[in-house]
Amino acid sequence: MSAPLGFLDRSFPSRCSGQGISSSDHVDGGVEAVLGLPAASIRIPRGTRLAPLLQACLREEQNSALVKFLHGTTTLAFVFREGIIVAVDSRASMGQYIGSGTVKKIIEINPYLLGTMAGGAADCSFWERYLGMRCRLHELQHRERISVAAASKLLSNIVYEYKGMGLSMGTMIAGWDKTGPQLFYVDSDGIRLRGTRFSVGSGSTFAYGILDHFYRWDMNATEAAELGRRAIFHATHRDAYSGGYINVYHVKADGWVNLSHDDSGISKYAEYMGFGSKLPPSIAPQEESSTQSEAMVVES
Amino acid sequence: MDTTISLLGRDFVLSAADVTAARSIVVMKEDQDKILELDRFRLLSAGGDLGDAAQFTEYIQRNVHLYELRAGIPLSTHQVAHFVRGELARALRERPYEINLILGGYDPNVGPSLYYIDYLGSLHKMPFTAQGYSAYFVLSTLDRLYRPGMDLEEALNVMRACLAEMGRRFLLQQRQFMVKVADANGVRRLEGVLNVPLESPERHAESSVRAV
Repeated sequence: MSAPLGFLDRSFPSRCSGQGISSSDHVDGGVEAVLGLPAASIRIPRGTRLAPLLQACLREEQNSALVKFLHGTTTLAFVFREGIIVAVDSRASMGQYIGSGTVKKIIEINPYLLGTMAGGAADCSFWERYLGMRCRLHELQHRERISVAAASKLLSNIVYEYKGMGLSMGTMIAGWDKTGPQLFYVDSDGIRLRGTRFSVGSGSTFAYGILDHFYRWDMNATEAAELGRRAIFHATHRDAYSGGYINVYHVKADGWVNLSHDDSGISKYAEYMGFGSKLPPSIAPQEESSTQSEAMVVES
Repeated sequence: MDTTISLLGRDFVLSAADVTAARSIVVMKEDQDKILELDRFRLLSAGGDLGDAAQFTEYIQRNVHLYELRAGIPLSTHQVAHFVRGELARALRERPYEINLILGGYDPNVGPSLYYIDYLGSLHKMPFTAQGYSAYFVLSTLDRLYRPGMDLEEALNVMRACLAEMGRRFLLQQRQFMVKVADANGVRRLEGVLNVPLESPERHAESSVRAV
């Protein structure tokens, strides 16, 4: 790997200097090495072109349910006067099949940073857990909490190194640092965007429809949480790959709090679709087999 | 989908780009800066894969800075252009950066210069250029209206004509554009000089004839 003009610094990310793959040499030259910790990386023979190889493998597996795991999702987050609201559904789909209805798609990276999960569940939980470790190491080394901008860039740099190798994640990193509430969108294409309002997943367009229309910056926390819940509800209503429970978190100056965990099914339907607490006769549970009919509505 | 347009003036380079960051069919952001201020006198517009664009332009920026620290003199725009081209060409047979670039800069003894660089590693010195779909719409406008040695006001009028055409004929409505200029005083952003109103490009074309 020759440097054309002779001034390339080898300490720049390995994607650019054409070396192997390692996520340990990102910002500060490998904290794991300094502290004697195992690096979260995979070893490959020098000179191997892994991306084309993996792309060929993934093409063959494109119809396998496993690689599609958790592709259907609705997650959202927005900044408002009192912090950030993060709201998600809980359905994990594997192709046509609901793999799980009770997934925790909000990942608690640490007490003041949240990540959301869309795309591959394993990719999100693994790399966001690893991010949590890197953030803790930053705290120990610098005696200061990591900024949300730096944390999200750490994640973005890691996934960029694996670009084209089949990672699948669309995540929002939300937190509160010295500069106030901060929200970033990071995905496995290496895209990293700072913003105030994001929604990710197959149901995101439906969630945006509610969010964009009803969003106001000066909402109070109760109104904002309700908006987040509603947006997720309407996404679960229209998107077959979203559903289950609606989880809502609020990021405040002194860390996040878990606000609610509600069924997105029949009770929210009654509340949000304008029927009040009284269900219309067509979907009201029958006296003798209430559990059965409720289950049918939830899954449909 | 990115619109990047640049043109050379008498003693400056003018660059415009849209500010939309989209993923799939969804607009994620409408204030994305696609014209990197590479150093005090150079602008690097990037269109294409957002992840590649962010990583590659930042990599170029840091290495150009590093060269200046090591050598004690900065690279010229011409040298930066060749460095960028070389890096794209090196990556081409491995995993290409899927980005097209426009490099504009001002050098004390050379004056302003403008380079078209694409993901295949081709490099052309141009008086004006556009990339992405915008090339189909505005290159004829530029061919007709561009004159060498225009002052900033004349150049802005040409740019307004280009963006009015984009507003009129391009399927994707790009509402906002970011405009930057590089001249002897360095790079700076021009605010509120040519935003195209969504509803009526015609009316805008008329008003654009008037002063800024």
